[in-house]
Amino acid sequence: MTTTTSAVRTAVAAARETRKGALVGYLPIGFPDLATSIDAAVALVESGVDVLELGLPYSDPVMDGAVIQAAAQQALSNGFKIPHLFEAVREITKQVDAPALVMTYWNPVTQFGVERFADELAAAGGAGLITPDITPDSAADWIAASDRVGLDRVFLAAPTSTDERLRLATETSRGFVYAVSTMGVTSARSSVDDAARVLVGRLREAGADSVCVGIGISTGEQVSEVLSYADGAIVGSMLVKSLADGGVTGVRAAAASLAAGTAR
Amino acid sequence: MTLRDVAGPDFGDYGGRYMPESLIAALDQLTDAWQLAKQDPGFAAELAELHRTYSGRPSIITEVPRFAEHAGGARIILKREDLNHTGSHKINNVLGQALLVKRTLGKTRLIAETGAGQHGVATATAAALFGMDCTIYMGEVDTERQALNVARMRLLGAEVIPVTTGSRTLKDAINEAFRDWVANVETTHYLLGTVAGPHPFPTMVRDFHKIIGEEARAQVLELTGKLPDAVAACVGGGSNAIGIFHAFLDDPSVKLFGFEPGGYGIESGKHGATLEEGRPGILHGNKTYVLQDEDGQTLESHSISAGLDYPGVGPEHAWLKDIGRAEYRNITDDEAMQAFRLLCRTEGIIPAIESSHALAGAIKLGKELGPEATILVNLSGRGDKDVATAGAYFGVLDEGAAQS
Repeated sequence: MTTTTSAVRTAVAAARETRKGALVGYLPIGFPDLATSIDAAVALVESGVDVLELGLPYSDPVMDGAVIQAAAQQALSNGFKIPHLFEAVREITKQVDAPALVMTYWNPVTQFGVERFADELAAAGGAGLITPDITPDSAADWIAASDRVGLDRVFLAAPTSTDERLRLATETSRGFVYAVSTMGVTSARSSVDDAARVLVGRLREAGADSVCVGIGISTGEQVSEVLSYADGAIVGSMLVKSLADGGVTGVRAAAASLAAGTAR
Repeated sequence: MTLRDVAGPDFGDYGGRYMPESLIAALDQLTDAWQLAKQDPGFAAELAELHRTYSGRPSIITEVPRFAEHAGGARIILKREDLNHTGSHKINNVLGQALLVKRTLGKTRLIAETGAGQHGVATATAAALFGMDCTIYMGEVDTERQALNVARMRLLGAEVIPVTTGSRTLKDAINEAFRDWVANVETTHYLLGTVAGPHPFPTMVRDFHKIIGEEARAQVLELTGKLPDAVAACVGGGSNAIGIFHAFLDDPSVKLFGFEPGGYGIESGKHGATLEEGRPGILHGNKTYVLQDEDGQTLESHSISAGLDYPGVGPEHAWLKDIGRAEYRNITDDEAMQAFRLLCRTEGIIPAIESSHALAGAIKLGKELGPEATILVNLSGRGDKDVATAGAYFGVLDEGAAQS
């Protein structure tokens, strides 16, 4: 794992010291509207989320299930544009201290310009990118840009990844490695696949010392279970649904219930 | 190196593999299996036997002089992929991939996206033939305009899932198929139906379709004693076009023309002319031309033809455009429909609306190139599935028949 100063890595490690581990919370920017998405992200941190994962809405999100697809589609229908993302990151990081990663499919970044995107994200106070549809071997330009401006880059590792590819993800990621808990797209699931525990073990052997598990986590109990072997737990669909159903109040309560799972 | 030797993952600046890590292992496995199959005489023999005894290859060529009278008198020859079993060129790729699954990959379930339903029907057919489970994703809009093909797939034992997200057309069907594949990759092969997607699909699908051009090149030489002056094909994702172009890539005297769907006309903004109006980006795992807004959000394409209604295009076409080896133009819905009717009435052949874009293009080419020219057109599919659409378009349906 590349180790320069990483706010994300530091936040995950700090949560590991004081509690069982870190809670990473996902919400798309612009859903249900820009202002509410900013308030909701702030509420997540105030409820105990250690690291924010802010989604950039995209028209063709192949790794996302129905809940996040619908949210992204609504954000786009409302007129979401890439500059809104930087505006939101700037506003959120002004109000709360948690590092804010951006989760984005790759085409919007290439169209905005990889270098320009990196510059604007860094200037807005963003921590880096989670990139679900590119792998390190297809990301040379992003690796160079993130090195240049000092942004984190989170690549994914899957149960089907070979040991060699786990090493690649580990060596190129900065902040944490995103361990995909199960073979599937984002959604709340009743249980977290045991494959996650095995994958985290394999990532440890590959040298990863900061690993967060995502996909299918939706309760405080599951967060607690995942943190028994991983450094962080990532929750998305459940938070998006709470925001859709209960507004900022709803997502604040949902985040608090998840954060309870980080207690030792 | 000749142009025919270019085999990916990259085609110039295009192609590659931009995919979630969860699918990389399956794509690597597929790449390896395909490389081995290419060296395996047993694979080639079994595929050739299927072509000979099941899908009906080689497909014939047909010269169409009465149609050609409307095309400046140029000599026009159709490559009859419409006569293949299941009614289009799609079966070439489907049998190839399904055979790879049966012989090497050991998976038991096929999934596929489909636009017009031709690829879905072909995949459902192969699943029935090889005793595999089959799920087809089809945009809800397309299930309505190609209802006959939905019924065909279900008769063949496939599950057809209408996709209700996004533009509810081919692009969204591909998204859903990828999501299914991520979740079920251990048992399931995604039988991608065009020359797009992540490596190895653009190369592998092309390799399964290049037989179209290889046959046609020899057939035209035998009929006319020379190579054609131009080759015309419709382009959605671009599989039939690359199939017929490929054998001619290193014949510099043969001009290659791809005809994209112009929809209501480029100026209307409602079209699928990706290569003319798009710009380089990443969609469905490969770098290629994409119809997209300034933020890289994919735009909705439009075409009367469900099979061409796609805002991306295969990366090899993007490369052939940039190096100037092939030229891409667009044909409006109405131009395609007029060519559809013309072929019906002059030659007794009902073409697919997709292929009618190539026919309309050939009419224009004939007028440009003059009576000395010979134009080879890929008649990629037959129009049985389009009878309801065409019947309504031309007002030839009786009351009540239009409802079905």
